[in-house]
Amino acid sequence: MVGLITMEDLSNEDVIEVLDAAERLLPVARGESYLPLLQGRILGNLFFEPSTRTRMSFETAMKRLGGDVVNLGDVSTSSVVKGETLFDTVQMVDGYTDIIALRHPRQGAARYAQDAARVPVLNGGDGAGHHPTQTMLDLFTIRQAHGRLEGLDVVLAGDLRYGRTVHSLSHALVRFGCRVVLASPELLRMPSEIVEDLRASGGDVTETTDLHASLATADVVYMTRIQKERFADEDEYTKVAGAYKLHARDLADVRSDMIVMHPLPRVDEIHPSVDSTRHAKYFEQAFNGVVTRMALLCRLLGVDVPGGEA
Amino acid sequence: MSNESSMRRVTAIRNGTVIDHIPAGGALRVLDLLGLRDGASVPVSLVMNVPSKKLGSKDIIKVEDRELTGDELARLALVAASASVAIIRAYTVAEKREISLGDEVVNVVRCTFSNCITQHPREPLPHRLRVVDRAEVHLRCHYCGRPQDLDALVKNVI
Repeated sequence: MVGLITMEDLSNEDVIEVLDAAERLLPVARGESYLPLLQGRILGNLFFEPSTRTRMSFETAMKRLGGDVVNLGDVSTSSVVKGETLFDTVQMVDGYTDIIALRHPRQGAARYAQDAARVPVLNGGDGAGHHPTQTMLDLFTIRQAHGRLEGLDVVLAGDLRYGRTVHSLSHALVRFGCRVVLASPELLRMPSEIVEDLRASGGDVTETTDLHASLATADVVYMTRIQKERFADEDEYTKVAGAYKLHARDLADVRSDMIVMHPLPRVDEIHPSVDSTRHAKYFEQAFNGVVTRMALLCRLLGVDVPGGEA
Repeated sequence: MSNESSMRRVTAIRNGTVIDHIPAGGALRVLDLLGLRDGASVPVSLVMNVPSKKLGSKDIIKVEDRELTGDELARLALVAASASVAIIRAYTVAEKREISLGDEVVNVVRCTFSNCITQHPREPLPHRLRVVDRAEVHLRCHYCGRPQDLDALVKNVI
């Protein structure tokens, strides 16, 4: 069974199909109508590290479609603490469920789990690797705002080294012909192998340390959190992190339809003054996690979402 | 200098393996990969940077009283895919063994990335490295996708 481990598992046509299905599921996600497409199906939520939005939105998505969810629960009280391998855990859950959503601190864990499982695995984040379901909700949000994915100017800002959301998203953006600016401190630059891959696939990719100089021409500014623990000392962190914060006053000269996104949780990289501007899309983005995951669950379980072309 | 005279820089061996056409400078990696550098119990002769028609310059290794196995040939493919291997018995070439780098290297070396899922010692699935560029020997872990540094990889032999 094929799951979703990286964005390479979906062609551009697949992406559009999933986004279209998600669009049709919006009333269901909002609770305005009930469509039990996944009744009788069970999702296994295997979250080996903390998650609020991803875990809850998977659970909500399954339940909105009439399905059910079993959770691994707290790792410290599960068999993992007794030394169970990921392979064994996945073998067990594979027998209990129809589909698995996995988050794991080790990179490659999702591909490993998919190789161990018969049911499809959805990668909910593996170490600093990939987070394709986040990418799908990001693309949904971008298309909702701009009406298209192709040819946009997108700035990815903040921690590009460890931020798995931007790793997956950058690949998808380049595939849709977006021009991508990577704005980060030197220490937190996008891994060189990812930049090489993006350029090798024909991507128009620019690296900079100056976020604010990139704002004026952007259609999308995607902020990420810079974590204090990445820096050797706090002074260095304070100096660097200050250059990757957005305040409403920074948005005076941006395009009127430019959107500000963030995978959340934010700390102080987006000032609350931005929340009330027309540019702020991060809370809608978080909601979109439900509807895109609904569409992905349907697709991987082989269930058609009504209303599409025959 | 002819190939023959290159070979004769060290004494002919009675029984064992001759690894010829190792890209110049690659012999030490080969020794690491085959476990011949530290604590080898058989005589090993090494010739480096000799002229070669095929490669310009090359390294040669002669290992006495040991015939390379299929697993060892797979390891050799990682660092010297152009090498030729001859099994010597009673001073003559008894057998020539082909080495080639396929699409994937399975259970030969372990991914070098410290946070890869395969670093867990009891995880049972095979160690798999994808060959993304055969000529340049660029490998990536099947699971975590990280590119592999060959110098680090030779220290991760399974």
